[in-house]
Amino acid sequence: MSDIIRLTAAGLAEKLQNREISAVEATQAHLDRIHAVDSDVHAFLHVSDSALDAARRIDERRTAGEELGPLAGVPLAVKDVLVTTDMPSTSGSRILEGYMSPFDATVVKKAREAGLIPIGKTNMDEFAMGSSTEHSAYGPTRNPWDLGRIPGGSGGGSAAAVAAFEAPLALGSDTGGSIRQPAHVTGTVGVKPTYGAVSRYGAIALASSLDQVGPVTRTVLDAGLLQDVIGGHDPFDSTSLTDAWPSMAAAAREGARGDVLKGLKVGVVKELSGEGFQAGVQTRFDETVALLQKQGAEVVEVSAPHFEYAVSAYYLILPAEASSNLAKFDSVRFGMRVQPDGGGTVEQVMAATREFGFGPEVKRRIILGTYALSAGYYDAYYGSAQKVRTLIQRDFDAAFAQVDVLVSPSAPTTAFKFGEKLEDPMAMYLNDVATIPANLAGVPGISVPIGLAPEDGLPVGIQIMAPVREDARLYRVGAAIEALLEAQWGHTLISKAPALGGK
Amino acid sequence: MAKDALMDYDKALELFEPVLGFEVHVELNTKTKMFSHAPNDFGSDANTNVTPVCLGLPGALPVVNEQAVRYSISLGLALGCSIAPSSRFARKNYFYPDLAKNYQISQYDEPIAFGGSVDVELPNGRQVTVPIERAHMEEDAGKLTHVGGSTGRIQGAEYSLVDYNRAGVPLVEIVTDIIYGAESDAPELAKAYVATIRDIVVSLGISDARMERGNLRCDANISLRPRTPEGQPSAPLGTRTETKNVNSLRSVERAIRYEIQRQAAILADGGTITQETRHWHEDTGRTSAGRPKSDADDYRYFPEPDLLPVQPSAELIEELRAALPEPPAERRRRLKAEWGFTDLEFQDVVNGGLLVEITETVAAGATPAAARKWWTGEISRIANVNGVEASSLVSPENVAAVAALVEAGSLNDKLARQVLEGVIAGEGTPQEVVDARGLAVVSDDGALIAAIDEALASQPDVLAKIRDGKVQAAGAVIGAVMKAMRGQADAARVRELVLERAAG
Repeated sequence: MSDIIRLTAAGLAEKLQNREISAVEATQAHLDRIHAVDSDVHAFLHVSDSALDAARRIDERRTAGEELGPLAGVPLAVKDVLVTTDMPSTSGSRILEGYMSPFDATVVKKAREAGLIPIGKTNMDEFAMGSSTEHSAYGPTRNPWDLGRIPGGSGGGSAAAVAAFEAPLALGSDTGGSIRQPAHVTGTVGVKPTYGAVSRYGAIALASSLDQVGPVTRTVLDAGLLQDVIGGHDPFDSTSLTDAWPSMAAAAREGARGDVLKGLKVGVVKELSGEGFQAGVQTRFDETVALLQKQGAEVVEVSAPHFEYAVSAYYLILPAEASSNLAKFDSVRFGMRVQPDGGGTVEQVMAATREFGFGPEVKRRIILGTYALSAGYYDAYYGSAQKVRTLIQRDFDAAFAQVDVLVSPSAPTTAFKFGEKLEDPMAMYLNDVATIPANLAGVPGISVPIGLAPEDGLPVGIQIMAPVREDARLYRVGAAIEALLEAQWGHTLISKAPALGGK
Repeated sequence: MAKDALMDYDKALELFEPVLGFEVHVELNTKTKMFSHAPNDFGSDANTNVTPVCLGLPGALPVVNEQAVRYSISLGLALGCSIAPSSRFARKNYFYPDLAKNYQISQYDEPIAFGGSVDVELPNGRQVTVPIERAHMEEDAGKLTHVGGSTGRIQGAEYSLVDYNRAGVPLVEIVTDIIYGAESDAPELAKAYVATIRDIVVSLGISDARMERGNLRCDANISLRPRTPEGQPSAPLGTRTETKNVNSLRSVERAIRYEIQRQAAILADGGTITQETRHWHEDTGRTSAGRPKSDADDYRYFPEPDLLPVQPSAELIEELRAALPEPPAERRRRLKAEWGFTDLEFQDVVNGGLLVEITETVAAGATPAAARKWWTGEISRIANVNGVEASSLVSPENVAAVAALVEAGSLNDKLARQVLEGVIAGEGTPQEVVDARGLAVVSDDGALIAAIDEALASQPDVLAKIRDGKVQAAGAVIGAVMKAMRGQADAARVRELVLERAAG
């Protein structure tokens, strides 16, 4: 395995800046790695054929003495939910097979401007609906830790790409945990920024009030570097915040250096433990909390009484918004078109296209959402769910009046086997129990690897949540935990992942 | 299309009370669309004024046009509405190929303006206050062209083309409360109401308000209820129909009258009215059934999660209030005085819906009298013959130019009518028509004198009469001269010269 691909994004960036490695070499190394292992992992739906050209241009600019961004020349995997002009964007759906967008998502545009090299589009559950990538129309992604297990979802492709060293950085989107849960099960870092911190323009919408784009990486610092590139106000997204943001990378560096844990008030969410949580997940989590305490953090148990309704509320709000967001896939202007035998009216063509083009989970949620918004049911379903959402926001407000950060296991279990939850949507949905509350409240959350579960040797992550706009706090605390654990282990967790077919 | 049975209008009014309600859509003339930076232009090539937002492409997001919000607030204030300190967009979900996202961004339970009224003056002098329930912002849909059918409608078409240039054009929908008490004036009230809305938006400068282009569209709701004896409570409201495709002031009036007569015939025959949209046919003067519409139509409205609430500051609202033009009723009183028209003359202008045209013609340099003469005269005549709006035929600038040519003596009335006809036929500006058709009056006295001398010489008896002081006899000579000049002479000048030469 090439040393280049083992580097962190920060490490690679430094070597690029020092001209020890060229962007072409860095890109080629990752393309080679994809070629070597992706037939096993299937993290990518499309690999760029213009990445080397883009890398060459970065090298030329660097040679010309141009001032480039800190990540210039670093390869980037892009979740297929984000539209790109040079690669198809399918959102994991057959209905968008081969779809070429006339514009780049704002985050992709910013990444290109910062000199990052998009090397491919990563697999995902169709339209980001799922927790395992088993709902991708193009076949599942496999977890690099155990190819018989799921890599999480919906952003399993991005997490697996990073875990399998196919890319040092990836972009994900998180509607109910689609960045954090895959990070948890693949031993990587995933951040869902504050709602509005990163532009949604060009992210194919699942549930507009919940979706947030964020970084998927192997280290907290790398995530910070990437959020610094993609974050900030976008006039094309009305819900994007106009705040001036501090550097997340700087916060991560500060956290890794030392004593940010001293006196930090940490709340352990009472409702996110116990029943339904795998023993080994709970063990690693409890150990990490004890470590925090040892470092001088004040740990208290915090109750968030309405979290128990979060999954229910989420599975009304999400399908409701999704049923409307997905209405545009009707074959009239773009995407797949299915003609019924003998032609048919526009209505029949729309119906045939949607019948053929959408997978079963998408149809399930469209039907749920359509029902939840229907006259006579709106108040009971969508209306009530919005009230629960308000109550959950109040739970967060009350908790953050007491503590600086909240912590929980990022998901109740380690990576499960393919097919294990496919026939039981409720079991699948419950895998997001820990991550959903942050989306409902708009608060930021990060998942940081904290070890392997003793019973199955699979990765476990801790979720840290902070108040709205306090993303930097996540990076400080996350980097501190990462540094402590790595010091304790004497290695990174990801270095223990299987080598795969890489030669 | 089977012909509907119609009841005599007066008879219908004897038996039933018409109850009205209007939804007027006003297209705002902002530079860009409601939620995207695509140009808001009419008449461009199909699908050229579009962005990913107008086309509902994956990943695109709407951004509210601030100017459209300002215009909507101004309109709300001009309608006497309260402006909501916080209003919200909502999604109205339904599948239709002219709707790129298959939902329309509109406002639902939280409109930007609510609770106003508009004073309307009817041709018979009656004043009616029309209650306004709300005015809300929304985006227009694209335009479908159905090809292959005989009617141009979707039924029977082989295929349809979609133009998304109009998709996302900012609209304000003005919804009235239920209007009672219109009685036999219902058709006139409908027309006067729409004309008043048009006057308001034109005076605000927020819309081109050209009905024939769809800048201003009226959906007319009407129901009938049987009259009850004096002292008895009113009957419950009848089932309503909503007539669409009413593209001129004239058709608003005609459509209401038609629906009253049609519904009355059905009800008197013991039938029931179907709640539905009706499609107005300008050519036949009838309505036909559109799609059934029930109150249970389920658009699955929910708050638009891609947009923040609209929260105009109190300062902005007051700034816009201070900048409002005078209300139409006041403006009418002022203009009547300024223009010096008699009651009858002014009523003519108002009934013709020509206030705006005359204002603009006067602004372009014509005298009020000349402007009135041409608009209520020749132009309205041509409009009536062709069943179109006078305003759609010719621009106020061109009318003023014709008036100026008359004033300067270059045209007489007869020639001016021909020039107008040429302008309306699209032959160019008045001067271009004059040049192309060679219509200018002969102002060369030499040519006139030669013609006069010849006419006098050929009519010695007339010459004798004129010399005897019977000046009116000159008419015959003047007629002959005008004929010889093919009408292209100033009759007043010819008369002067005839008398001069006869006195010789």
